[in-house]
Amino acid sequence: MALQSLDITRRSATTTPSPGVRETQKVAKLIDISKCIGCKACQVACMEWNDLRDEIGTNHGVYDNPLDLTDKSWTVMRFSEVEVEKGKLEWLIRKDGCMHCADPGCLKACPAPGAIVQYSNGIVDFHEENCIGCGYCITGCPFNIPRISKKDSKAYKCTLCSDRVSVGMEPACVKTCPTGALVFGSKEDMIQHAEERIVDLKSRGYKNAGLYDPPGVGGTHVMYVLQHADQPQIYNDLPKDPQISLLVELWKGILKPIMSLGLGLAALTGFLHYVTVGPKETEDD
Amino acid sequence: MGSVTRRQFLQFSAVSAAGLGASSLGVLGFSPNQVLAEVRQYKLERTTETRNTCPYCSVACGLLMYSLGDKAKNAPAEIIHIEGDPDHPVNRGTLCPKGAGLLDFVHSPNRLKYPEYRAPGSDKFVRISWDEAFDRIARLMKDDRDKNFIAKNADGATVNRWLSTGFLAASASSNETGYLTHKVVRNLGILAFDNQARF
Repeated sequence: MALQSLDITRRSATTTPSPGVRETQKVAKLIDISKCIGCKACQVACMEWNDLRDEIGTNHGVYDNPLDLTDKSWTVMRFSEVEVEKGKLEWLIRKDGCMHCADPGCLKACPAPGAIVQYSNGIVDFHEENCIGCGYCITGCPFNIPRISKKDSKAYKCTLCSDRVSVGMEPACVKTCPTGALVFGSKEDMIQHAEERIVDLKSRGYKNAGLYDPPGVGGTHVMYVLQHADQPQIYNDLPKDPQISLLVELWKGILKPIMSLGLGLAALTGFLHYVTVGPKETEDD
Repeated sequence: MGSVTRRQFLQFSAVSAAGLGASSLGVLGFSPNQVLAEVRQYKLERTTETRNTCPYCSVACGLLMYSLGDKAKNAPAEIIHIEGDPDHPVNRGTLCPKGAGLLDFVHSPNRLKYPEYRAPGSDKFVRISWDEAFDRIARLMKDDRDKNFIAKNADGATVNRWLSTGFLAASASSNETGYLTHKVVRNLGILAFDNQARF
């Protein structure tokens, strides 16, 4: 148990199996978009807890601030004005950040041993000390979340406050949320909470209200309650059916062993050639 | 190299083989590293927790302030984190974006920490002592009250009003402070008064 505060399920670029006997409670954060007022208290609490202070930006004429996730802004509110039906304008505000996939594309794509770890409670955490800054996690991520720092060339993203969760607390963003749009607990409880919210939303006329827990990435440990679950793309391009890129699957699934075998064969052939034929002799003039 | 003993040769071979083995395992994707990972240490472990009230608006949310050290004589406290107080009935642990960013408000280089005075015609504030500030405020209030106090209105009824001065108190005041502020201000006859007590 040395150096281990949460049980580990998977570790990037590592084939040594993780100790897998203990079954810990799966946790999840539920973001109820219908309750969010876009106050950005979660953004502030995130920066405060994680000791991050992003550069002071400029106003772009929209509420989004900063405009995109950065190495120091692990969560941002994305504001979109959508005319859901003729004459019915809705202001949809989505808290963007790591979704903590059960089948994380970043971890699959990562070539640095131990730079990305999945804990058995569902949190996918980056360990920057092992990160080599290649950016493959960005290629692997179906939600375009990780950002490489210009300062230290390492990838950063939301940790779901693994340091708080490991001592039994809720993430900083969830604690601060004044409207209760963010809730945190066991994944089971969060799904149940979402179902109650969906019943309420349906009774208010949102007939397509639903839970966003995409099966393409094995489900996520950050889920959304959407008023229009049939068209998640209207929430600032939330992917309808996120999948890990086929290239990453091919490359890590099939190509890697073949390439490794090829590399081994080349070395072996070289060695055999050296033994049977001998080194290349050059004649001195 | 000179002479290599059989023992040295074997040791060298074994080390090379192990190194080669480990590196090729790595190449093949079999990292022999231990499957371990540690989350960031929980930073509030033995910090001192102090309750307070948010100074911003009149909602007066409860705060927990965490400071370095355990209040020992030789360790001056320094606030490192602020979050909502879950036991406070007003906010039950939540904080708005301003309250959530209070740490930078506390440590802001622009924070007002002592009374300052800008003389008429001057373009800068000068630091003064609390005594000077209180004396000056009392003097100005007395002069203004003596000049503008209205004891009776046009009909001759006693009103005891003082309309030319206002008073603004803080939202973070306790019940007792609010009571005293109210008594003092109303006794002087001030009508323009807001102690931000909304609850």
